[in-house]
Amino acid sequence: MLWKRDWIRRATLVGCAAIFFTGAGKVMTRAENAAAQSAEVKIDNFTFAPTTLTVAVGTTVKWVNRDDIPHTVVSEDKSTFKSKAMDTDDSFSYTFTKPGTYSYFCSIHPKMVAKVVVQ
Amino acid sequence: MRRPMKDEIEVVDHNSDGIDRRGFLKCMAWAGTGTLCVIQGGVLKSFALSRVSQFREVAAKGELSFAQISDSHMGFNKPANTDVVSTLKAAVEKINALPNAPEFLLHTGDISHLSRPEEFDTVEEILKSASVKDVFYVPGEHDVTDGDGKQYLERYGKTAQAGGWYSFEKKGVHFVGLVNVMNLKAGGLGSLGAEQLEWIKKDLEPLTSSTPLVVFAHIPLWSVYPQWGWGTDDSAQALALLKRFGSVTVLNGHIHQTMQKVEGSITFHTAASTAFPQPAPGKADSPGPMKVPAEQLRELLGITDVNFVRGQQTLAVVDSNLT
Repeated sequence: MLWKRDWIRRATLVGCAAIFFTGAGKVMTRAENAAAQSAEVKIDNFTFAPTTLTVAVGTTVKWVNRDDIPHTVVSEDKSTFKSKAMDTDDSFSYTFTKPGTYSYFCSIHPKMVAKVVVQ
Repeated sequence: MRRPMKDEIEVVDHNSDGIDRRGFLKCMAWAGTGTLCVIQGGVLKSFALSRVSQFREVAAKGELSFAQISDSHMGFNKPANTDVVSTLKAAVEKINALPNAPEFLLHTGDISHLSRPEEFDTVEEILKSASVKDVFYVPGEHDVTDGDGKQYLERYGKTAQAGGWYSFEKKGVHFVGLVNVMNLKAGGLGSLGAEQLEWIKKDLEPLTSSTPLVVFAHIPLWSVYPQWGWGTDDSAQALALLKRFGSVTVLNGHIHQTMQKVEGSITFHTAASTAFPQPAPGKADSPGPMKVPAEQLRELLGITDVNFVRGQQTLAVVDSNLT
């Protein structure tokens, strides 16, 4: 997923540029910087892509269902995060505030598994 | 939308005499449309409903016949079938045109596409026009997308056990409706769960081994294609409880195509969907809705009729398409 890494790098650059241009006299904390980050997971063909997504603490991950069948996004423990059934083009977002590996699956099609690694 | 990678329609008959070297029959008919089941001597026979002459003969002998429909996916509107209302209506018309009115209708799940009240309402309304006395349901995973199946259980679970499973008797045949679409685990298949397995054991205990059994659930209770989730994790434990019976028929949906297998005294049968076809196992990159030319669609959708003949211990299953 070269384009995605590239996209994240660009987002980071934009974030840094924002600090540079707006940060006169203010030092932005790492958490504040990270809070501005976002990433996307595409659901299609009964697959989460990317299967493993690595993000910084504070990143908001958005899952978008591009499949023609409904899917859900549910953390393996079924409590950390849990979307409703998403029809085609519906989306669900969750902000990861703590480091760790978050395995998740589609509770309708449990063979669909993936994870988010938060650093 | 997906297209099969090859072989849009394929018929696999592992052995023309019905028994391969592993001792079971496995036959896949992709062009099925509905199923007529007739029990005869513990062996399930199936006929395409297009072979109506055979069906008439079998139905005339039967003491109990019922029809199975599955996977109506009310609310689905993608290119694979933009009008699931009319294909469900066509299935009802097909049932109403049967020479002998079936006693009741089994719906083996995925009644709705997104567990929405209006989707359940539409299916119920359409099925009111079916010439049957009763409709029995089991849920599909699309009927319990709210997680705890509240919508489904409020509608259909009132006379069932708390988890939605139940059994009933019709003319000496014992029917067991099971739920294997709830509390699914990451990476897993369909699941019955310990509580339900315990209930099955108690439910079957008082029955003599000569009682014909019909067990129905949404996800296949045999391993059709686990890579696509087409199987049930703890089905072996349920099947072990069925082994002592001389005639067992297991009816499932979920895979949107007809498929049969006989293993010992247990005959497995999956019904076609009334909404859209899905690819044969492994024949596409995922099990999503299969787009077929419009003129072929109704050949791939269908109903199943089941006819029980007392004394002959044979359940005949006939699949019929909507064309």
